Amino acid sequence: MVGPRDWTEEVTRLAVPKTYKLYIGGKFPRSESGRTYEVLSKKGAFLANASLASRKDARDAVVAARAALAGWSGATGYNRGQVLYRIAELLEGRRDQFVEELVSSEGVTKAAATKQVDTAIDAWVWYAGWADKYVQVAGNGNPVSGPYFNLSTPEATGVVAIIAPQEGESLLGLVAVVAPAILTGNTVVVVASEASPLAAISLSEVLATSDVPGGVVNILTGSPKEIAPWLAGHADVNAIDLAGAENLDWVDLQVIAADTLKRVLPPTAGAPAPSLERIVALTETKTVWHTKSLI
Amino acid sequence: MGLIGTDLTEKSLRLHLEGLPGVDAVGLEQRAAGLGTRSIKTTSKAWALDTIIKLIDLTTLEGADTPGKVRSLVAKAVNPDPSDPSTPRVAAVCVYGDMVPAAVDALGSSWSNGKDDGINVAAVATAFPSGRASLPVKLADTADAVANGADEIDMVIDRGAFLSGRYGLVFDQIVAVKEACRREDGTYAHLKVILETGELNTYDNVRKASWLAILAGGDFIKTSTGKVAPAATLPVTLLMLEVVRDWHKLTGEKIGVKPAGGIRSSKDAIKYLVTVAETVGEEWLQPHLFRFGASSLLNDVLLQRQKLTTGRYSGPDYVTID
Amino acid sequence: MTEVAKTTRFLDYAPAPESTSILHLQKSYGLFIDGAFVKGHGKSFQTISPSTEKTIAEIANANAKDVDTAVAAARRAYDRTWSKLSGADRGKYLFRIARLVQERARELAVAESLDNGKPIKESRDVDVPLVAAWFFYYAGWADKLDYAGLGPNPRALGVAAQVIPWNFPLLMLAWKVAPALAAGNTVVIKPAETTPLSALIFAEILQQAELPDGVVNIITGAGDTGEALVNHPDVNKVAFTGSTAVGRAIAKSVAGTGKKVTLELGGKAANIVFDDAPIDQAVEGIVNGIFFNQGHVCCAGSRLLVQESIHDEVVDRLKTRLSTLRLGDPLDKNTDIGAINSREQLERIRELSDIGEKEGADRWTAPCVIPDKGFWFAPTIFDNVSTSSTIAREEVFGPVLSVLTFRTPAEAIAKANNTPYGLSAGIWSDKGSKILAVADQLRAGVIWANTFNRFDPASPFGGYKESGYGREGGRHGLAAYLESAGWSAPAIGQKK
Repeated sequence: MVGPRDWTEEVTRLAVPKTYKLYIGGKFPRSESGRTYEVLSKKGAFLANASLASRKDARDAVVAARAALAGWSGATGYNRGQVLYRIAELLEGRRDQFVEELVSSEGVTKAAATKQVDTAIDAWVWYAGWADKYVQVAGNGNPVSGPYFNLSTPEATGVVAIIAPQEGESLLGLVAVVAPAILTGNTVVVVASEASPLAAISLSEVLATSDVPGGVVNILTGSPKEIAPWLAGHADVNAIDLAGAENLDWVDLQVIAADTLKRVLPPTAGAPAPSLERIVALTETKTVWHTKSLI
Repeated sequence: MGLIGTDLTEKSLRLHLEGLPGVDAVGLEQRAAGLGTRSIKTTSKAWALDTIIKLIDLTTLEGADTPGKVRSLVAKAVNPDPSDPSTPRVAAVCVYGDMVPAAVDALGSSWSNGKDDGINVAAVATAFPSGRASLPVKLADTADAVANGADEIDMVIDRGAFLSGRYGLVFDQIVAVKEACRREDGTYAHLKVILETGELNTYDNVRKASWLAILAGGDFIKTSTGKVAPAATLPVTLLMLEVVRDWHKLTGEKIGVKPAGGIRSSKDAIKYLVTVAETVGEEWLQPHLFRFGASSLLNDVLLQRQKLTTGRYSGPDYVTID
Repeated sequence: MTEVAKTTRFLDYAPAPESTSILHLQKSYGLFIDGAFVKGHGKSFQTISPSTEKTIAEIANANAKDVDTAVAAARRAYDRTWSKLSGADRGKYLFRIARLVQERARELAVAESLDNGKPIKESRDVDVPLVAAWFFYYAGWADKLDYAGLGPNPRALGVAAQVIPWNFPLLMLAWKVAPALAAGNTVVIKPAETTPLSALIFAEILQQAELPDGVVNIITGAGDTGEALVNHPDVNKVAFTGSTAVGRAIAKSVAGTGKKVTLELGGKAANIVFDDAPIDQAVEGIVNGIFFNQGHVCCAGSRLLVQESIHDEVVDRLKTRLSTLRLGDPLDKNTDIGAINSREQLERIRELSDIGEKEGADRWTAPCVIPDKGFWFAPTIFDNVSTSSTIAREEVFGPVLSVLTFRTPAEAIAKANNTPYGLSAGIWSDKGSKILAVADQLRAGVIWANTFNRFDPASPFGGYKESGYGREGGRHGLAAYLESAGWSAPAIGQKK
C-alpha cells in the first residue's frame, strides 16, 4: 500500500522492546563482558537478550554491596521497614506489568500470574513489618550471675550472595529470598533465575525508583553455574543462600564457601515460604556485657 | 604545689580532681577479691601476725571512756599477751583528745615521747566523728590534743563540704589543721586525714578525696571513723593504696594508709597485708606507712599466734580484754 | 615441687598445693560407650601433667570401629530411650549431673589443673563452677523448648558428634553436652588428646547420675578419632570447638551431608582502652584478658588497642602489675600463671614470639622463675606492634600480648575489625554512650565493656566471620540442637 498512513486505523503498534541489563550499585550496567543470552518464552519465542553476567560483574556487585552495607545496616529498623513497604506500594502499582511479563515468560495463565504477583506483594509487606521487630523476638537480655548488664541482639551478617530459585515462580522466588535478607540490614548480590530473569530486572526497576539505596540489592542475570562458584569463594561475601542451587553442584559450592567459613543456607524446593527462621538465619548474634555499679 | 600550678584555686583544684581516672567498682572489687585468695606460708604467717600487731592503733572512742578505761587499753597495748612476752607491742593507742593526758600518763616509759621507740598516742580531733563544727572549734580541738602530748592527730574531713563540691574549703581545713599540729619546738604532730569513705559512698569520690588530702599535706589517709558503716573494706583500701602508689611515682613522696573499723579477724588483716605488698610494696608494711585502726582485731591475732606456738586452737579465756 | 616465683621478701606465699590425694585415678582408662568403660582398639597413649611431664594415666584410643560402636550406641539410646523421655525427665537427669559436679567439684578442679596445667585457682573458681552452672541452666530448658522462640514443636536432631579442645576441657564438654541433651539429642563426644582426664571422671558422674546407657558416649583419641566421628554417616549434628584450620576442614567435609554444623574457632580479640578508661581496672582487664588461662583462650584479648595519649602510662602500669604474677605449680593456690598445655603449643608460642621480635616489635617479659621440668612461657608483651605484624594477625594462643595504638574511636573500631576473626572484644571507657556506640560497630560475637573473659550459661557465646558460626549458651545455644518444621508463617493468602 502506498500513501500516508492513517493513524486512526487500528493497527498492531510496534512495540519498544526493553533492554534487560544488570542492576548493580543502583545503576543498570550491561555486563562488562558484553555478553548476552537469549531469553525465550515457554513456547520458545524470543523475549529478550538478557545480560550474561561475568565474574567481574559479580565482583563489582560485591563491591557495591559492601559499600552500601554500613548505611543500610546502620539505618533504623523503622526506616528499613518503610523502605520495604514502599517497594510493596510500587509493586502494587505495577501489578499489570508484572502479570503480563510473567504470562509471557513463564507461560502461565493470567490468573496464575496474578496470584503470584499478589503473593509476592503480600510477602513483601509481611517482611517489611518485621524490620523493626525481629530484634525483639530473636534477641533478649540474659540473666547472668553477676553485676552485669547483658544483652544479645541479632545483627546483619553483611553481604549475602543468593542463588534465587531457578524454576517455578520467578517473581515470588526472588522476593522470597531477597526480602528476608535485606530487612535486617544485609546487602545482597542475587543471581536470578537463568531461564526466567525478566521479573528480576523489572523488580530492579522498582527498586531503583524506590528509596532503597543503591547497592543494597544487586541483581545479576546469567548463568548461576558460572557465577556461583565465584560468589561462594569470594572472601568479602559473608553468607551464601543456595536456595535455587539444587540443580547446581551445590555441595561443591558449600565446600568452596567453607574456605572462608561463610554461613551457608541449603537449597530449598521452590520459593521458600515466608518465615522468621529465614530472617534470623542471616543474622549474627552479638552479646554485650557491661559492668553495673552504683558506687 | 607545682602539680596544678603555683596558684591553687578552688577551680583549678576541682579541675584536677575531676580529671582523675574513674574507678570501675566491679573491676576493683574483683581485684580485691583476687588478692584475698593469697595463701601465706607458716613461717611468714608468724611474721604476718607479728607485723599486724606492730601496725595496730589500739583504739577506744566511746562517749563512756574514762581514765580507767584508757589505763586498761594502754595496759593491753604495752603487754598484749601476758602469757607470751615475745609478743610485739602495738604502734599506738588512739583516744579522744581529752583522754590524751590519761593515755600519756598510763603509758609512762612506754610512751614514745618523740622518739622512734615506744608506743605513740594518736588523738582523734576536729569534732570527730561528724566534723560538724566551725573551723575555730576544730582547730582548738586539735591544738588541745597536741598540747597534751598527742604524737598523731586523726582528723576528719568535712564530708558535707566535699559532697557539695566545695573542695577548696575541705582543702583549706586540712591545711589549717596541719598547721595546728605544729608544736612550740617547731615539730609537727603526724596528721592522718579520715575520709569517711562510707559517707563519700562512691569509689570515684574516694579517689578524689584521697588526692585532695595528700595535696593538702596529710601524712596518712585513713578510711573511716569506725562510727559509720561501711567502715574499712578491702576494695576501698586497695583504691587508696593505688592513689598512694601513683603519688609516689609522681613525686617520690611516701604517704601512709590506715584502714579503720570493721577489721576483726587475722584472716582479714592478712588480706590487707597482701594488698599492700602487691600494690605499693612491702616497704609500706611499717608503722610509719601503714596502720590498722582496730580494737577487737588484736585479740584474734593473739589467738592465732597462740595456735602457732602451741599447735592447738585457743579460746577467748586465754586473751585479755581491755 | 617446682620453684615458685618469689616476688616478696617477707610475705612468702605458701606453696599451698591442693593435694592430689583427692583423686581416685585409674592407671588406665577405656572408652566410655553405652554406659560402661570398654577397651579401645586404637593404640593407647599417655596423658601427662604439663607442669612436671609425668604420666598421669594411660588413655584408650578410639579407632574407626570404636567410633562406629559409639555412634551406634548413641543412636540406639536416642531411638529407644532418650527420645521417648519427657523434657521434664531429661531435665531431671541434667539437674542430677549438675549437683554431682558440685559435690565432686574439688576433685574435678584438681584433675583439671593436673592434666591441663591451668592454675587451681582458675579451675576451682571459674571452670568447675561454670560446668555445674551450665548443666543446671540447660536442665531447666529441657521441658520448655516450646518457649525458646525457635519455632513451634522443636525437635531434637538425633545424634550429635562433638569435638572439644584442650583449653577448658570440662567446661567445653559442658558447653556441648548440656544443651544437646536438654534438646533431646544423644551425644558422642571426643575430648582433646592432651586433656582427657576430667571427661573420664565426668563419665563416672554420669554413671552415678544413672544416665541411661548410650546417651552420652565419651571416646578419647586424637585427630583421626575426631575425623572419623565428624564424618560418620549416622551423625545428625556436628559441633566443634578448636582451630580455624580444622574448622574449615570440618565445614568442607560435612558439605552436602545434611548434617547441621556449629563451629567455635579462633580469635584475635582487640581489647580497646580509651583515655577515659577506669585505668587501674583496665590494667586488670588487660591482664585477665590475655594471661588468664595462660592465654589459651579463643576469646583472649590478645591485641591491646590503647589510645595513644595514654599508651606510656598504661604499658608502664601493665609491666608493674605483671611483675606480681606468680608462675609455677598449677596445683599451688597462689599460682597465677600455670603451664603451657603441651610441648607443641609451647613451640608454637616461641616461634611466633620470635617472629614478633624479628619483625621489630619491642619484647618485654615478666620476671618469672621458670621451673626446670614442664612447659612454661612467661607473660610477654610486645610493644609498638603494627597492624601488619604477624603477631597482630595470627592467633598465638599463649600469654603474649601485642600492643597497638589508636587516636580516635573510629580508628580503634577500624583496627579492631581489621581481621578475618570476629570472636570477642573489650571496651574500656567511663563514657556509656561511647561504649554502646563502639559496641554497635565492632564485628564480634561477644563484647565486654569494662570487664573481660566473663562467661555464663545464660549468655550466648560465638563468633562472626572466621571465628565460626553458631552460639553456645543462653536461649540461642539451643538453636544448634533443634529443628522446627513449623518455623514458617502460614502461606500468605491461604486460610490458616
